[in-house]
Amino acid sequence: MNDQVIEARNLTKTYKMGDVLVHALNGLTVQIARGETVSIMGPSGSGKSTLMNIIGCLDRPTSGEYFLDGEETSDMKDDQLASIRNRKVGFVFQSFNLLRRHSALANVELPMRYAGITSGRKDRARQALDAVGLGDRMHHRPNELSGGQQQRVAIARALVNDPAIILADEPTGNLDSKSGEEIMRLLVNLNQERGTTLIIVTHDPKVAAQTRRSIHILDGKVED
Amino acid sequence: MVILQSLVEALESLSANKLRSALTILGIVIGVAAVISMLSIGRGAEATITGSIQGIGTNLLFVFREFNDEVTNPKPLTLGDAQAIADPFQAPAVLNVAPVLEDSGKVTVGRESTITSISGVTPEFAATRNVQVAEGEFITQEHMLGQASVALLGPATAETLFGRSSGLVGETVRIEGRPFRVIGVLESEGGSAFGNQDDRVLVPLTTAQTRLMARTPRDRVDTILVQSVDSDSVPQAQDEIAQILRTRHRTEIGEDDFSILTQEDFLDTARTITNVLTIFLGGIAAISLLVGGIGIMNIMLVSVTERTREIGLRKALGARRLDIMIQFLTESSLLSMIGGLIGIALGWAIAYAVGQIAARSGTPINPTIGLDVVLLATLFSTAVGLFFGLYPANRAASLEPVEALRYE
Repeated sequence: MNDQVIEARNLTKTYKMGDVLVHALNGLTVQIARGETVSIMGPSGSGKSTLMNIIGCLDRPTSGEYFLDGEETSDMKDDQLASIRNRKVGFVFQSFNLLRRHSALANVELPMRYAGITSGRKDRARQALDAVGLGDRMHHRPNELSGGQQQRVAIARALVNDPAIILADEPTGNLDSKSGEEIMRLLVNLNQERGTTLIIVTHDPKVAAQTRRSIHILDGKVED
Repeated sequence: MVILQSLVEALESLSANKLRSALTILGIVIGVAAVISMLSIGRGAEATITGSIQGIGTNLLFVFREFNDEVTNPKPLTLGDAQAIADPFQAPAVLNVAPVLEDSGKVTVGRESTITSISGVTPEFAATRNVQVAEGEFITQEHMLGQASVALLGPATAETLFGRSSGLVGETVRIEGRPFRVIGVLESEGGSAFGNQDDRVLVPLTTAQTRLMARTPRDRVDTILVQSVDSDSVPQAQDEIAQILRTRHRTEIGEDDFSILTQEDFLDTARTITNVLTIFLGGIAAISLLVGGIGIMNIMLVSVTERTREIGLRKALGARRLDIMIQFLTESSLLSMIGGLIGIALGWAIAYAVGQIAARSGTPINPTIGLDVVLLATLFSTAVGLFFGLYPANRAASLEPVEALRYE
């Protein structure tokens, strides 16, 4: 099988803002190998977020080809994209995005629910929480956890369906430097232990320094 | 399992906004309660009215004068007509005939007075109309021949005038200023479609003709009550009466100057009226249910907007359109279903209370809550929840994940 987990060729993305066409991506080509740790950097307006949305299958390119784990996604329907997000992508957001009313365990269970998994969900969620070091906080709600702990829950949630990539958008952006370092260490460790491809979108050079490769985006293209 | 999970999650999410959910539910509660109570009160009223019509006897026919412009020489009903109908050779299906003169008048005892219905009747009236005497005696042939100034009081009339409804035989009442001796008090019949049958005064027909209700011609009567041999012979009796009256009044066929109504006619009319009433009340109640539904829609739209980020996250984690739809539809139908259940209980309570109040005020209405009404209300309220939840749920499901995640 192809050992490129991400393969994007000539991606363009055009938005219409009023009467003006905005070219967020301008023929961008990028490859990421399985098991790699990669950071995507670039100033705001560079097309970095657009690229992340397309990599995460939250959005489709206007033109170009995008293969995620060997599957062509650029002409998929909404529900097919939902399914591929569910199986192949683990999202980690800057603002954690946990459901406030649910316990850590229930939050981690959520992706399995949409995967249609009915049995053994609790066990798998527990294992994922153990893996991020929160085995003793399973029944706490997000507001009873610190920022770093909340982000760990989010990482457990990203891991639980055993995705091909973990896509982290400024994962340390809302954390103090100590918890930020812990979260980065956790992500890198998980990559080493499990071989899950780690893609981090960030402004922070210190974060980017912990990844093996940095992709710089400028004006909708990869900067050489 | 999946359904159970959706229900639990919907309950959790609804209980996160308790006051808001409770107020939304209240809208449905009021709507459903209104529908249930109005329909059951309507049905109760129908049962009461038809019951009281049936109470007057299934084999009763009423002959009225009909004022018809097309008849060349219309004639009123007379005692002669009544006697002809009573002839067993001309009308074998007829058992009893009771001509009646009716008017309202002032009845006085000392300082107490009341305006009530006064009927001039013959001795046959008791059997025809199935009137029972609680005390004393009914009007006899002697009273008729002597044009006696005697009267029978309905129990309600007696109560109004004397403050009691027994031990009144031999008392004197004044009807339109003339003294009448009380010879009896009627048995209570309760209210009916024809007004309160307990508030009335009966006098001999001949007395009424000469002293109270002078008519032209002298032997004219207002109504002729006819009792047929049994309930099966009602149509036959109707034909016979029509035949006799046409001959006596010398009218052309199709130009009757009288009309014969049977109990079935009254029942039909009463059913039509109560049905219209029930539909009218139910319709108003249904509007309030509709308003409740709009309340659900409103609150669900607010909820969708508030939870845009949550929806975006769920979509990012792999929720399909349908998953989001189901999530919000479960919430809205749960709101309306809870509202529906409480509304059924409240509607039942209202109907029961109205029944009690009606019974106290002398008009017994037994509100009947049929299973069909309950089912209808439950289905209707859940459908309202689904229908009004559909638009917000669809709006939630159609959110773009990228936009939704960015929403502040």
